[in-house]
Amino acid sequence: MAQFLQQMVNGLSIGSVYALMAVGYSLVYSVMNFSNFAHGGVIMFGAYFGFFGITLLKLPFPAAFVLAFVGTAILAVLIERIAYKPLRERKAPFLYFIISAMGASIFLENIIIATIGPTFRTYPDVFGRSSIALGPVAVGRLDLIMFAVSAVCLTGLVLFVEKTRMGRAIQASAYNMKAAALMGVNTDRVVMIVFAIGGMLAGIAGVFFGMKYTVYPQIGNITTKSFVAAVFGGLGSLPGAVLGSILLGIIETLVAGYLSSQFRDLIAFVILIGVLVFRPTGIMGKTTEDKA
Amino acid sequence: MLSGINLIAVLGLSLLTGFAGLFSFGHAGFMAIGAYSAAICTTILKLPFAVGIAAGGATAAGASWLIGRATLKLKGDYFCIATLGFGEAIRLILDNFQGLGGARGWPGIPPSTTIWNILILDVIGVALLANLVRSRHGRNMIAVREEELAAQVAGIDVFKYKMLALVVSAAYAGVAGSLLAHYMTFIQPKMFSMVKSTELTIIVIFGGLGSISGSVLGAVVLTFLPELLRAVDKWRLVVYGLAVIGIMIGRPRGLMGGFELTPASLRRHFADRKEAKAAKAAQVAEDAELGKDGL
Repeated sequence: MAQFLQQMVNGLSIGSVYALMAVGYSLVYSVMNFSNFAHGGVIMFGAYFGFFGITLLKLPFPAAFVLAFVGTAILAVLIERIAYKPLRERKAPFLYFIISAMGASIFLENIIIATIGPTFRTYPDVFGRSSIALGPVAVGRLDLIMFAVSAVCLTGLVLFVEKTRMGRAIQASAYNMKAAALMGVNTDRVVMIVFAIGGMLAGIAGVFFGMKYTVYPQIGNITTKSFVAAVFGGLGSLPGAVLGSILLGIIETLVAGYLSSQFRDLIAFVILIGVLVFRPTGIMGKTTEDKA
Repeated sequence: MLSGINLIAVLGLSLLTGFAGLFSFGHAGFMAIGAYSAAICTTILKLPFAVGIAAGGATAAGASWLIGRATLKLKGDYFCIATLGFGEAIRLILDNFQGLGGARGWPGIPPSTTIWNILILDVIGVALLANLVRSRHGRNMIAVREEELAAQVAGIDVFKYKMLALVVSAAYAGVAGSLLAHYMTFIQPKMFSMVKSTELTIIVIFGGLGSISGSVLGAVVLTFLPELLRAVDKWRLVVYGLAVIGIMIGRPRGLMGGFELTPASLRRHFADRKEAKAAKAAQVAEDAELGKDGL
C-alpha cells in the first residue's frame, strides 16, 4: 500500500510538470486554434536558461528561475511574431501554421545542438536530496516545491483568466476572434499575451523538468506527452489540461512501476489513441467544430 | 543512392500531404514497418529480395489501413498529433521488442539494394503516382484537399479517398524502408524516429506541395546537400528549420508547388516566352512607327 501511495505521489509530481506544459499549450490552442509544436522547444530553452543562470551567471536559484521564465516568455512572443504573425495576417490555411511550428521546433532544437552541444547536463543540487516523510510516503523536496509552484501558477492563471479584463479578453478571443475584435478587443495584443503566458509556463516547466531529470536538447519531444495530456483532458479547456496531465502522470508512473518501465512512454500513446478513437473531445473538452 | 530511397518515401508522403492535404508526422513509422518486415522475409524466412520489398510495402499499407480507420475521421491537427503518436509508438514498440533486435538494432541484413533496384523502383513509383494523380482518384483527392466540405457535397467519399492516399503513401514508405534496410544492412528503431518523419515532410514542402517533380527535385537536392555540406552537418537541421519557416512565410508553394516539369509544360513555357517576346517586339515596332510620325 505504501508503495502504491508512493507511486501516486511520484505520478502527481510529474503530472504537475506536465500540467504546466499542457496548460500553456492548451491556452495557445484555445485562442489560435492550432497546435503550437514549437512549445517543446520553448520548454527546452527554459531548462537551459535556468541551467546557465545557475552555473554560468552564478545566480541564486530564485533569480535564475525568474530569468528562465522571463526568457521563455520573450522567446515565445518572438516565435509568434516571426513564424506565425505573417501567416495570421495572410489568413493562411492552418496547415501552414503547423509546418511553420514544426520548422520553429526543429530550429530551436538544433540551434542548441549546433552551438552548445547535445551533451546532457545536470542541474546542480539546489534543494538538497533529502526527502520529507509524509506518513508512509517519502516526498522529495524538489517534488514538493514543483507541485507547490505549479499549483500557485495554475491558480494564478485561472484567476487571471476569470477575473481580469485581459483574461476576459482572452476568453472572448478564444470563443470567437473576429467577434472579439469587433467588440474592441485588441486581438493582436491578446495573442501576444497568450503566447507570453504560455512561454512563461513553459519556462517554469522546463526548469523543473531539467532539475528533476537532466537538460538536453530533445526535451522538446516531451511536448508530445503534453499534447497527449491536453488532448486527454480536452483541448481548449484549461482545467481539462490540468486534469489530463495529472492523470497521465499518475497512470504513467503506475504503469512504469507495476508493469515495466519500458511501457512508460508507450502508455502515453495508447492513451492518446484511445482518446482520439473513443472520445476525441477529451474529458472536458469544448465541443467546437466536429473533430470526429 | 540514398536520395533514390528517400525519393520513394517522399513520393508517398507527397501524395498524402501535397495532394490529399493530410499532414503525417509519423511516416517514418511506416518505413520502419516496411524495413523490419522485409528484413524478416530475407533473413529469417530466406525469401528473395523482391518478395521482401513487396512484403514491406504490403505490411506498411496494412498497418496504415488500421491506423487510418482510427484516425482519418479526425480534424486536421488531431490527425497530425495522432500520426505523430503512431510513428513514435511504432518506434517504441520496436525498441522494446527484443525479438527483432530491440534498440540495439538488427545487423546482418543482406545488402541486396543496388542502384538499379532503386532506379527501377523510382521510375515505377513516379509513373504510378503521376497516373494516380491525373486520374479521377487523384482529382478527387485534390478536391478533398482544397475544400473538404464542398467535395463531400459534390458526392466524393472523403474518407475513402483519404484512406486511399494514406494506404498508397504508406506502401511507398514501406518499400522505401525495405530498400533502406538492405542498403544499410543494419536497421535500428532510432533510424525511424520523428526526425526522419520531419525530414520527409520538409522535403515535400521544400519541393512544393502538389508537385511530383517538385518532390523529386526536393528529394535529390535535400539528400545530396547534407553530403556536400558534411563539414557543417550540425547546422543542417538548423537551416532546415529556418528554411521551413521562411518557405511558409515567403513562398508556401515551395520550389514547384502545383506545377509539374513535363515536356508539355516546358513547351508551353517556352512558347509563352516566345509569344511574349514577339508581342513585345511588335509593341516596340508599333511605338517606333507612331514616334516616327512625330507624335
